Amino acid sequence: MKRIAIAAVALALLISGCNATKVSDLQARGELKPGAKPCGTFNLAINSWVGYEANAAVITYLAENVLGCFVKQRHIAEQVSWQGMSTGQVDAILENWGHDDLRQQYIENMGVAQSAGSTGVKGQIGWYVPPWMVEQYPDITDWRNLNKYADLFKTSESGGKGQLLDGDPAYVTNDDALVTNLGLNYKVVQGGSETALISSIRQAQQERKPLLAYFYSPQWLLSEVPMVKIKLPPYTDGCDADPAKIACDYPDYDLDKIVSTKFAESGSPAYTLVKNFQWTGEDQNSVARSIAMDGMSDDEAAKKFIDAHPQLVAKWLAGTGAQNAA
Amino acid sequence: MMATVTLGAPPAPAAPEEHRSVSSWFAERGPVQMIAAIGGVLALWLALFGVLHGRFTLALAPADTKPLHVWLSDLQTTVGEGRNTNPLFTYFFNPIRSVVDAFGTAIADLIAHPVDGRPVPYIGWLGVVVLLTFVAWVLGNWKVGLLTLCGLLFMGLQGLWQDSMETLALTMAAVAISLLIGIPLGIWAGISDGFNRVITPVLDFMQILPSFVYLAPLTLAFLIGPAAAIIATVIYAAPPVIRLTAHGIRSVPAESREAVESLGATRRQELFGALLPMAKRTIVLGINQTIMAALSMVTIAALIAAPGLGQVVVQALSTQDVGTAFNAGLAIVIMAIILDRTTTAASERVETQQRKSAGPSKYRRPGIVIGAVVTAFAIWLSYTYQLVAIFPSSLQIGSVHLGLDVGSPIISAANAVTKWVQDVFAPVTNGIKDVVTAAALDPLQSLLASSPWWLAFAAITAIAAIIGGRWSALITAVCLGLIAWPLQLWQATMETLAAVLVATVVVVVLGVVVGIWMGRSTTTDKIVRPFLDAAQTMPSFVYLVPFLALFSASRFTGIVAAIVYAAPVSIKIMADGIRGVSPETVEAARSVGSNTWQVISKVQLPMAVRSLTLATNQGLIYVLSMVVVAGLVGGGALGYLVVAGFAQTSLFGKGLAAGLAIVLLGTILDRTTAAASKRIGRASE
Repeated sequence: MKRIAIAAVALALLISGCNATKVSDLQARGELKPGAKPCGTFNLAINSWVGYEANAAVITYLAENVLGCFVKQRHIAEQVSWQGMSTGQVDAILENWGHDDLRQQYIENMGVAQSAGSTGVKGQIGWYVPPWMVEQYPDITDWRNLNKYADLFKTSESGGKGQLLDGDPAYVTNDDALVTNLGLNYKVVQGGSETALISSIRQAQQERKPLLAYFYSPQWLLSEVPMVKIKLPPYTDGCDADPAKIACDYPDYDLDKIVSTKFAESGSPAYTLVKNFQWTGEDQNSVARSIAMDGMSDDEAAKKFIDAHPQLVAKWLAGTGAQNAA
Repeated sequence: MMATVTLGAPPAPAAPEEHRSVSSWFAERGPVQMIAAIGGVLALWLALFGVLHGRFTLALAPADTKPLHVWLSDLQTTVGEGRNTNPLFTYFFNPIRSVVDAFGTAIADLIAHPVDGRPVPYIGWLGVVVLLTFVAWVLGNWKVGLLTLCGLLFMGLQGLWQDSMETLALTMAAVAISLLIGIPLGIWAGISDGFNRVITPVLDFMQILPSFVYLAPLTLAFLIGPAAAIIATVIYAAPPVIRLTAHGIRSVPAESREAVESLGATRRQELFGALLPMAKRTIVLGINQTIMAALSMVTIAALIAAPGLGQVVVQALSTQDVGTAFNAGLAIVIMAIILDRTTTAASERVETQQRKSAGPSKYRRPGIVIGAVVTAFAIWLSYTYQLVAIFPSSLQIGSVHLGLDVGSPIISAANAVTKWVQDVFAPVTNGIKDVVTAAALDPLQSLLASSPWWLAFAAITAIAAIIGGRWSALITAVCLGLIAWPLQLWQATMETLAAVLVATVVVVVLGVVVGIWMGRSTTTDKIVRPFLDAAQTMPSFVYLVPFLALFSASRFTGIVAAIVYAAPVSIKIMADGIRGVSPETVEAARSVGSNTWQVISKVQLPMAVRSLTLATNQGLIYVLSMVVVAGLVGGGALGYLVVAGFAQTSLFGKGLAAGLAIVLLGTILDRTTAAASKRIGRASE
């Protein structure tokens, strides 16, 4: 024991002698710039896909470093994020895919949330095949030819039919109805998670295995494996009115931002930033790629984008009371 | 399985008592009759299946709902909308939340969060390392102290100091609350038979109900934050300590209790003077199990914003970064091993203290005093100086630059290994998947799920009656009935049952093979056991990505994940059972010229038959707890429905119903195998 005590004293001397930085000398982050409106705490929901993370990275960077907010990121599922609007624990959701039932509950019925406009990114849902298949079977991208190739897509899970792989149950899907109503000899197999989809897609391209999968853009994986969308009968207004009779493609989703009503009325500069925030699918992908494929931290990826796009960033910061952009 | 093993065993000459026990078991209801009866039921089932399959299967597409499911979903919505005015929230949930939140935050402030305008918590890494090492030494021995020291420093070197401390803080808070509630309840259940009967099914329910089912309601009741995460963990982690406390008190020999009572002790004196001290070791084991259960909730709790290692795992998976997920998973494994070995050492210390009335060595007391002073000093240092507050990523001593990062090499090594395994084995493993699916899973699933529901119902109940007896048959019939109505998830439940049975067969086979190997050789045991511990505590999310590459998104992938998680339990139980066979019996068998194979098949296995049934029972329960994870990788059926219920508000009710169906399925499997185990136990006595 004595030896330990001596060692501890020696260590103490070493620390205080060589490196006497005291904790009290260190500064906390998030200082207010003079002239800016106080921001305070900004509660941001973070959903688990990388596209969302890209939006959040940029907003967080600006809110902390320009507006002096204290950003509290909460990593939660989508349904829980909406729930947080009613309890005051979530101020903003930065990329919302549809969710009509939640809109009804929290915006219409309870009035605790509201849309803060489009993110500028169009969400597209559809059926995709890996690029090698398109090279080998060029006519596969038309849904009318899918039955011809059904045998290729057979797996242990599809019961003798072709397999159509679905992913995370959180996402909108009409695939069961589509398969039936288009008379396709396919079975929808529930992958159960986005991870299952991404793994299958990577495997399919790498080993040239046939795969027909429900997927969506924007998604960072598409820049690694450029999956090709199958042409389904085009979407027309109202063609998806009766869920059981749907026989047309998915509509384009306008991905929007959702904020809590309380946050919208608070006059926080962070709200103005969220409301102004708008970019393109390519912008988002460039940040998402930095995070997912180049292994950058959220902050590094955001800074890289912000430094390269001063004008866009100035537009987002207009009216926030920030003295200078970034 | 177990029947065929004993069937081929002619009376071992060197083990007369074994001969008697096997023959008495034959007498009660021999395995021959049992197999014949099950075979008869199966034959009849198959014959009717040939004619009737595909009819009355009560099929329901994944997105379709029944009135009960809709009603449950609406209930959640209504409760959510009325949250701010509902008195249940104002007077019940909110006060609980405030207390739990304050408690959790206080612990996190101490060791994990930046606090008070400081960029670091009150106690920096040096303080925590010294404090926990000291505690491990005082509670256990110097060996676990050293283990704690090395383990904690390793987490720091992994670059995961703060995340590890967040996880540790949350686990400590949840364990403390579990013990605060669990030990008194356990004592009550130990003393009162009535309460024991009431609480046992509640504990079963808490442990089998998938946590995905109650995550969303919990955040509704307790908001997003430490309280919801801690309470989710407590729900899963409290049952073991309640059970084992009750068990410890109940196992105090009746003579000891009578002796104390005859001395005129009051009930209070009896409890604190005799029952609790004598049950102490079992209670410490319960605390150990509770800690392990709490740690297994780390990744699940991350889905409702609990900070820490689980968060690292979940986020790494969104970019398929297996290496980073593995690094964090490894930290969880290390934490589990530290906590497990420390509590085990503590329970051994309790035991030796009880045996020797003499006090500990004379150096212990001064040692504790010095240790406490050193600890206080280290805490002060880590409060004041940056270098010992924030774990450094490198050290500069004079001109020598010392990198302190083992995280990056671990991450890149894990990624390289994963890539190599995927590239090399994927063609083979996908072939294995196809064969097993076609040869075992598909036929079984088709028999269960495509039979008319009443046929499957009757056949399963009959098999339960043959294996477990009348009571099991009744429980099975009631549970199956509830699944058919009002839950209305018949076909999905049958599909899940098929996958669970296939997984359990593999788990039991592994349990027997590896268990015998470990039970017969201490060296093997020493080498294999850490891997079993790791397989049990490594979050399954970490290995799902490589498994998906190896086996595609399929039911089989779910089965493999379940095997990885459940096999260690069966193996450990079998190894203990084999080791429990008295060495004299084995020696006697060997002395009459039995070879190794004969010793195993005729002496050790028949004598460990009780362990075999226990291994089957526990294997089933552990496999069942992976049903939801299977749903995330293509397992479909009930697991998928539970996941979907967490993701979509409109499917919440159906997910809840699926969770309840899993509980009912668990009750059937548990009660039937437990009854069989008891019967065999009775027969072999």
